[in-house]
Amino acid sequence: MLRDKDRIFTNIYGFQEPGLKGARARGDWDNTKDLIALGRDKIIGIMKDSGLRGRGGAGFPTGLKWSFMPKELGARPHYLVINADEGEPGTCKDREILRSEPHKLIEGCVVAGFAMGSHTAYIYVRGEFHQEIAALQKAVDEAYDAGLLGNDACGSGWGFDCYVHCGSGAYICGEETALIESLEGKKGQPRLKPPFPAGSGLYGCPTTVNNVESIAVAPTILRRGAEWFTTLGTKNNTGTKLFNISGHVNNPCTVEEEMSIPLRELIEKHAGGVRGGWANLKAVIPGGASVPILPKSICDSVLMDFDSLREVKSGLGTAAVMVMDSSTDVVRAITRLSYFYMHESCGQCTPCREGTGWMWRMMKRMCTGDASTEELDLLNEVTYQVEGHTICALGDAAAWPIQGLVRHFRDDIEARIKAARVADKIEAA
Amino acid sequence: MPNLTINGEEVEFEAGLSLIQVCEQAGVEVPRFCYHERLSIAGNCRMCLVQVEKSPKPVASCATPAAEGMVIHTNTPEVQKMRKGVMEFLLINHPLDCPICDQGGECDLQDQAMAYGMDHSRFKENKRAVTDKYMGPLIKTIMTRCIHCTRCIRFATEVAGVPELGATGRGEHMEITTYMEKALASELSANVIDLCPVGALTSRPYAFAARSWELSKTESIDVMDATGSNIRVDARGPEVLRVLPRLHEDVNEEWISDKTRYACDGLMRQRLDQPYVRRGGKLQPASWEEAFEAIANQLKDVRGERIAAIVGDLADCESILALRDLTVRLGSPHIDCRQDGAAIDPSVRAAYLFNSTLAGIEAADALLLIGTNPRWEAPVLNQRIRKRYLQGEFHAAMIGESLDLTYRYQHLGDDPAVLSALVRGDHEFSAVLKKAKKSMLILGMGALARPDGAAILAAARELAENSGMIDAEVSWNGFNVLHTAAARVGGLDLGFVPGEGGLNTAGIVAGAAAGDIEVLFLLGADEIDTHALGNAFVIYQGHHGDAGAHRADVILPGAAYTEKNATYVNTEGRVQVGRLAVFPPGEAREDWTILRALSSALGKTLPYDNLAQVRAKLIEANSIFSNIDQIEPAEWGSFAMAGEIGSEPFRSPITNFYMTDPISRVSKVMAECTEAFVADSGKTGTDG
Repeated sequence: MLRDKDRIFTNIYGFQEPGLKGARARGDWDNTKDLIALGRDKIIGIMKDSGLRGRGGAGFPTGLKWSFMPKELGARPHYLVINADEGEPGTCKDREILRSEPHKLIEGCVVAGFAMGSHTAYIYVRGEFHQEIAALQKAVDEAYDAGLLGNDACGSGWGFDCYVHCGSGAYICGEETALIESLEGKKGQPRLKPPFPAGSGLYGCPTTVNNVESIAVAPTILRRGAEWFTTLGTKNNTGTKLFNISGHVNNPCTVEEEMSIPLRELIEKHAGGVRGGWANLKAVIPGGASVPILPKSICDSVLMDFDSLREVKSGLGTAAVMVMDSSTDVVRAITRLSYFYMHESCGQCTPCREGTGWMWRMMKRMCTGDASTEELDLLNEVTYQVEGHTICALGDAAAWPIQGLVRHFRDDIEARIKAARVADKIEAA
Repeated sequence: MPNLTINGEEVEFEAGLSLIQVCEQAGVEVPRFCYHERLSIAGNCRMCLVQVEKSPKPVASCATPAAEGMVIHTNTPEVQKMRKGVMEFLLINHPLDCPICDQGGECDLQDQAMAYGMDHSRFKENKRAVTDKYMGPLIKTIMTRCIHCTRCIRFATEVAGVPELGATGRGEHMEITTYMEKALASELSANVIDLCPVGALTSRPYAFAARSWELSKTESIDVMDATGSNIRVDARGPEVLRVLPRLHEDVNEEWISDKTRYACDGLMRQRLDQPYVRRGGKLQPASWEEAFEAIANQLKDVRGERIAAIVGDLADCESILALRDLTVRLGSPHIDCRQDGAAIDPSVRAAYLFNSTLAGIEAADALLLIGTNPRWEAPVLNQRIRKRYLQGEFHAAMIGESLDLTYRYQHLGDDPAVLSALVRGDHEFSAVLKKAKKSMLILGMGALARPDGAAILAAARELAENSGMIDAEVSWNGFNVLHTAAARVGGLDLGFVPGEGGLNTAGIVAGAAAGDIEVLFLLGADEIDTHALGNAFVIYQGHHGDAGAHRADVILPGAAYTEKNATYVNTEGRVQVGRLAVFPPGEAREDWTILRALSSALGKTLPYDNLAQVRAKLIEANSIFSNIDQIEPAEWGSFAMAGEIGSEPFRSPITNFYMTDPISRVSKVMAECTEAFVADSGKTGTDG
């Protein structure tokens, strides 16, 4: 279990003052100038050594991502874009940061921005986060007033501006290139890659898009050193992580924990255990709506990190743990997710536009058993027809939950289909 | 050159190409819907997915740049499965109403479903239905068929320069529509019909008219403007049902204007299908013999200098030559092919050509438009200018009306004095022209067809020479005349201009009014003031009952451009040959044969009996006719006399793009377009 002294987000519950004064008391903005004085290469080096993997869901090494930015500032400015469009169902970590620890994010922006030669950061916040936008804007204003942002950010000589942008409520705008499009004022549709944002991103300029959490932990890592961070968690899955536990637990919560904590321990220690005890558990979606569901048998022993969850054909995603006890109709639950993806598909590319609707309609029939077992195979095949064939990862995200369901709960669905057949026969007789 | 491997075969490729282009060059077929080489890359249909070794996912070959050492597979079972999958997705919400779809038989979706799709449907849910959109009188929409490739959006935004098409909604509910359901206001709008890979956007006038396989297809040349767009004429029986563009990189690429495409319904209306002779003040049907006899009687005692001939805008070179030879035999010096009175100097060929050539526009870096509206006078040419503009580092300016040309330009005013200032070099735009490496000017008929046209021509020549537009070293000639008439350059090349002591168009009309011209021959000339011809005996040869025919004393029914094998020279001096797609209606005949027959009736027999002989005479008359589809750079020379330039502002001669000639004036579709797009179409508030 994570010791309090290793905790990065010490005010994640907002018990203390979120403002600059409180943030300073917690150690934020403490000699940020010195961090910048480390120089670009050293900062990126420390981030690489720390093994921090992006907290937005894909788990791409953050330091490596920063290093993709051009070394020299050319004719085009560099941009840092913070993805605060937290829309993944079940996920509620970034909003806590924006609400209670905004200065960690802003400080992270300054340091990360400097490390990639950017003078500007745009923070793209999900439109529904009214309170968070207000809190963040207040923190940005405080930082400007205190000289932490502006022409001479933190007295480092590096000019840095931070803008808060309010999204308009499309899930797809959380995809980095769709976010860039949206930020440019266009319809939020993912771009083709390559070119990658580091080469041509916002307004065609080199851009790095990072998740809120990835950036917010950066100053602490730089202060306490890569070594400290790597002592937490396991190899390749280092450090701490904010976990969001929701669903059928006694005490749903957001909690910072070490990476690679066993799922069972996470749920029992922090969320007060599964409603009705561990034996009452049916399934868990371990990383937000997009990752495949896991049955209890796997949940018993799986560790919460990128690699362990990948091994069991799921993923850490945003570490939003959705717990379902035995009272849950998992087929309906996944159907609801299918509806979500159909509703949020941007409509740009064929497999996702057409496939998400088809999958949802088939899922709807699976709920009531109004299908045949051959159709179950068809459904499964269609998910593979979508997966990997789309421009962005939304197609994959729509396919995975269904794949997980069919993988682990095929019997449930088949039983339902059979029951419906029997009911039909009785009715006919 | 770098190498890569496609299906086990090593292929060389030019750097900068995408995988789909490399595959194409290597002869490997990759299916696609959204990809189009003249549009930006969308990569959204996912049909062109291929496997690239070392790439974890399949890649869209249209969006992936080819790189050295890549190993690509396009024929593996995985790729075939992917294509099947994408095809299935495209079809699940497609209505499959091919039997009632106008695209049937020439549909990419149909063809590719046959080649790459499954043989049955696994989709048991209800299909999506989409409300049809209004896109104007030319484009019929059946939006349920749309596969969202966004080619139409990209064409409108990028090529046509009217960002009025877009997609609303997302996911399954994404729909292509025009802004506020407004008609797509572009002269090139109907090209989206060709681009649409399915039957979502089809031709409204052609709706349910025919199946593509029952049409005879003839490759020909358009005469609606002077660009000489390459077209394919699709006909069934005696009727031209549609006109489609044909690829010609140096002329129209693969676009044609809406007028080129849709004026063809005018070919079935108000046709002159038999000779007429005016008897007792009324035009009465007659036989060819009677018509010729009437002309012979009239000409019997008339001396050459009392005879005149004017060539209209749609005439072909063969008939112009025949008419010229006939007037020579009749001893008339009064001939002219410039019925709008444009002060074109025929003595130097470079003085009346679009010397930079259409493709050459893409090499220019500065452009001055003088008294022209290229968007209406030559939409395909205007599109070229826009294409150049989009590449950047291009300065355009205009002396003339302030118009939306779909690209940004500096409006220097419509006062001809600006031209004089530029000639003197004391205008702010002079610096731009000086600095440019390849600058060009386009002189429109709005600048030449006016009393001071000759002086303007001289000023333009001086400007071109002063500002380095004529550079023999890099063989660049930036002096360009943009004609509006398809027949004009051919007429000038054949010397159909007043001879020694001859009168020009204005002189001929005035002469007829005064009684000095007794017999006037109009070869399709309808744009002159036919009411001012006094008591002259007017012979009209043409295909439509337009202004000229109404005034005529004898009508000789000729053939329209789709009804004859004929040669035209476009504004850049390119000789192109049109072909007969349907036969002229009724008694009408190919034009040169009429003149040939008339000549023998008059006892002045012309020395050719078949097309080959006429064409040999064409080459004899001007060697350029020996080089079909080739451009010979015209020699620069001294032309036009400087003079006083008036203060009348420049105005384009075209006030309604959709109605400029006898064919488009009787076209119903063009009338609908006029109503929809031309603001000042004479419609009153109580119409409808």
